[in-house]
Amino acid sequence: MAETQIFTDHPADRAFRAKWYFSRTLIYGALVFWAFVCLFPIFWTVSTSFKIAPDVMKGNIWPWIEFAPKWKGWQSLGLAPEQWGQISTVREEFLKRFMNSVIVSVSASTLAVGLGSLAAYGLSRFSYRFGPMKNQDISFFFLSQLILPPVVLALPFLVLYKELALLDTRIGLILLYTLTVLPIVIWIMRDQFQAIPSELEEAAMVDGLGVWGAFFQIVLPIALPGMVAAFILSLVLCWNEYFFAALLTSTDAKTLPVMVASQTGSQGINWWSMAALSTAAIAPLVVIGVVLEKYIIQGMAAGAVK
Amino acid sequence: MSTQGDLLHTVTTDDISPARIAFGRTIVWGSFALLVGLGILQYLHSTGRTPGFDTWRPVLYAYCLWATCLCWAQVLIRGEQGKRTLFVLPAVLFVVSMVVFPLLFGLSIAVTDWNLASLDGRKFNGWDNFRQMWGDPFYWNALKNMVYYTLAISIEYVIAFGLALLLNSQIRARKFFRVAFLMPLMLSPVAVSWMIGKSMMETRFGPATRLAKTLGWDRPAWFSDPEIARLMIMIMDAWTWIPLMMVILLAGLQSLNKEVLEAARVDGASAWQTFREVIFPLMLPVTITAVLIRIIFKLKLADIIINVTSGGPGGATDSVTSFIFREYRDRSNVGYGTLLAMVYLVLIVIAITAFLSATRRWMQRPE
Repeated sequence: MAETQIFTDHPADRAFRAKWYFSRTLIYGALVFWAFVCLFPIFWTVSTSFKIAPDVMKGNIWPWIEFAPKWKGWQSLGLAPEQWGQISTVREEFLKRFMNSVIVSVSASTLAVGLGSLAAYGLSRFSYRFGPMKNQDISFFFLSQLILPPVVLALPFLVLYKELALLDTRIGLILLYTLTVLPIVIWIMRDQFQAIPSELEEAAMVDGLGVWGAFFQIVLPIALPGMVAAFILSLVLCWNEYFFAALLTSTDAKTLPVMVASQTGSQGINWWSMAALSTAAIAPLVVIGVVLEKYIIQGMAAGAVK
Repeated sequence: MSTQGDLLHTVTTDDISPARIAFGRTIVWGSFALLVGLGILQYLHSTGRTPGFDTWRPVLYAYCLWATCLCWAQVLIRGEQGKRTLFVLPAVLFVVSMVVFPLLFGLSIAVTDWNLASLDGRKFNGWDNFRQMWGDPFYWNALKNMVYYTLAISIEYVIAFGLALLLNSQIRARKFFRVAFLMPLMLSPVAVSWMIGKSMMETRFGPATRLAKTLGWDRPAWFSDPEIARLMIMIMDAWTWIPLMMVILLAGLQSLNKEVLEAARVDGASAWQTFREVIFPLMLPVTITAVLIRIIFKLKLADIIINVTSGGPGGATDSVTSFIFREYRDRSNVGYGTLLAMVYLVLIVIAITAFLSATRRWMQRPE
């Protein structure tokens, strides 16, 4: 500001400027604040997994500045770099739980997307009548499963699974998880299929495809993004599910959330190992969240906006 | 089945031979007979009269076989019409067998005094469970807590709406903020309960405790005072689920008609006026969807409570789900627990129906 300004803005414009900057600061301040609220617990957990006891006691927060990262927490899971070559029972245990979670959530989501897409397609294209139930009622029947709280099914299933020898098996969990996410899948997919004009299939049928051929060769590729969205959303819900897993599994089919929960209760608070375990439990979904954010948002927004 | 109203019309000449129809009927009824036969056999076995299998597994297999035959027979018997039914039938069979059957079974448990820890097995006890529920202060307390938890949605809604407005405004690094705001939803409630409830709110050296101390709260007791403990549970639950409402509201904001907003601006409406008179009323339908979905998920709230406070202090943070969970975990009381769950379901259905009809009426009035 060495030279004096010759031309100046009108005072009204300058006031507007100041107001504009003020509102910008406010908006970005709010954004940064909330981003901090959302991300700090994750940062805290990840960084704690690299701390040792004195760091935790002193409440050091910033790695490399306040404390030197150590692999202690990860050693208790057998995942520290120096242990990679060795055989470790804790790692076996952890990987077993991890694989249980992967298998259960992936198969339940696949099954739900399969069954749900078929049903949603049928409901959006044909009119059915099962006894007194018409399309509207069948849709409502599916969607009404959403308000069914898991606790209502939990105890009957506990007894039924005992009789069927499905307690503590992955199949049992897969079936239940499929049931819990099925209404969500149907909701998303019905929206998707309704957006696809039925002229496409008519054209395909004129060219000689059957109902199912038209569905698999024409409709499915178009609806694929929606199916991915439904799949990812189901995956998130299944991966995080705790209630059924805690009730229905004990040793073989225990999933990751149950493992995390049981560690919290038992051995006092062994902070660094708990932090490492929590980090490992949330890491896959954090990655999915960052990479596939578009699909998750699409899935959640589907059906909400007409 | 009528073909009326099909969006997709097909004209096919189904040429189904009587033998094919007969075959279809045979496999359905044959597998059904197998299912019933195995069921009866196993039932007699469970009462100790005949030899049978160790578990009911074979009956389950027979059921799967019957379900498959039923689907297949649709095509065999009804041709093209059957192929259409095949789209919906698997899902219907799945849901019916997984929901309707266990619910009926649950009703039959709910009127017994079945305790898995006792050796007597179950005995019918009529209204006893119901009477016990009536006099159970902890259950009523849990229901009352659920009302508080549900009311907390109104504040979550305000925050979520604010965030959605922020994300919808002209900002840089929108993608970063969107991902960051979405993150809490990705995390499992169990991990959250450790990350926030157990470690950040640790009373000696958790960062939240330190912050509270510097702000002048001498001895932060996050989970020993009933009111504060409940508030903390609400905050943690809100932290995880606000992104869901935010995303739905954001989608609603983005689908708003730009011309209406333009018109408001041309007419000289201030930002606040635009929001109050234009955006908010237009967002009402989306709001109702968002709140409804949130209520549905809120009613399942349990994971955080089970892991952080296990209902304490003195049941102040109990939700119905966590209460029933402990009823089973600590006392193996299946009969009573099921009755509580059934009553909860009935209350939920009544409440949701009331909510829907109230909003419908409220939505219609301005017209």
